[in-house]
Amino acid sequence: MSVVAAGTPVPDFVLRREDYRRFTQDDLRGKTSVLVFYPHAFSPVCTDQLNLYEEVLDRFAEQGATLYGVSCDSVWAQRAFKEKLGITIEQLSDFEPKGAACRAFGVYHEKGFPQRALVMVDPDGVVQWSYEAPSPADLPGANLIFDALAAR
Amino acid sequence: MGGLGSAPLPPLGPEDHLLGADEDEPLIVYADYECPHCAVLHARLVRDGGSWAFRHFPVRSKHPRAWAAACAAEAAALQGAFRQMHMALYADRARLEDPHLWERARALGLDVERFDADRRSDAVLARVRRDFESGVRAGVVTTPTVFERGAMRPSAPDEM
Repeated sequence: MSVVAAGTPVPDFVLRREDYRRFTQDDLRGKTSVLVFYPHAFSPVCTDQLNLYEEVLDRFAEQGATLYGVSCDSVWAQRAFKEKLGITIEQLSDFEPKGAACRAFGVYHEKGFPQRALVMVDPDGVVQWSYEAPSPADLPGANLIFDALAAR
Repeated sequence: MGGLGSAPLPPLGPEDHLLGADEDEPLIVYADYECPHCAVLHARLVRDGGSWAFRHFPVRSKHPRAWAAACAAEAAALQGAFRQMHMALYADRARLEDPHLWERARALGLDVERFDADRRSDAVLARVRRDFESGVRAGVVTTPTVFERGAMRPSAPDEM
């Protein structure tokens, strides 16, 4: 299984927002979105990754990009993680049925968590760029996302 | 403003802060003053007589006082005391609130009023941001990150 490729329409999926409302492919329409799939809330690398992206969030906004964090943690765990870090990046939960959205995007790791991966979706719902880290311990730099935004 | 796409590591320039021994090819270290791993690296570089250039990489959600500390170091630099402030900041990472910064400035004999105005100035903020953004563009993701002869050396503390 590998991450959904550029040029393909985003798959149908259902994630849960922090208030448990549904978040689907329709919520990606009309703007450029970057889904940041990360393995585990509170783990060290995921912490560094979200902290780094948060630091340059205004620069992503200038480029018209909205970031979302996606993991298989529960809504409550994601909320606690977000609060602990003091970040504003919206979190989306793939908790039940576990990993269904991650599987649809081709990023579900056999050990039960999302691969560390980035998926950029254009305003029409087409995957514009995707990236899968060589291992869950590798943290993709923010520069890679800016490169993809510049290549639009 | 443009994005922060990939760009080569900027070579050493006159604005870089060189620390330690005078060597031809110092390390380039991206770090912040609140980061415990950075403090370990700093202590080891000092102990081993290393030669390095220090560049700021503050990430506020990780280390809430890192930006303030970086700006304090740059404000001290405007009075010729970067190195002294740098050492004083790493000497006590637990005391980085404003009164602690003023106290350091006083102890170093700086003009505290000027120091306080400078550390909040757009110019100093831009100076810190320039380091940070150069790191982002060169692929720095966490602190400390060390470049040796232009190549990134990801450094877990145990490996330093």
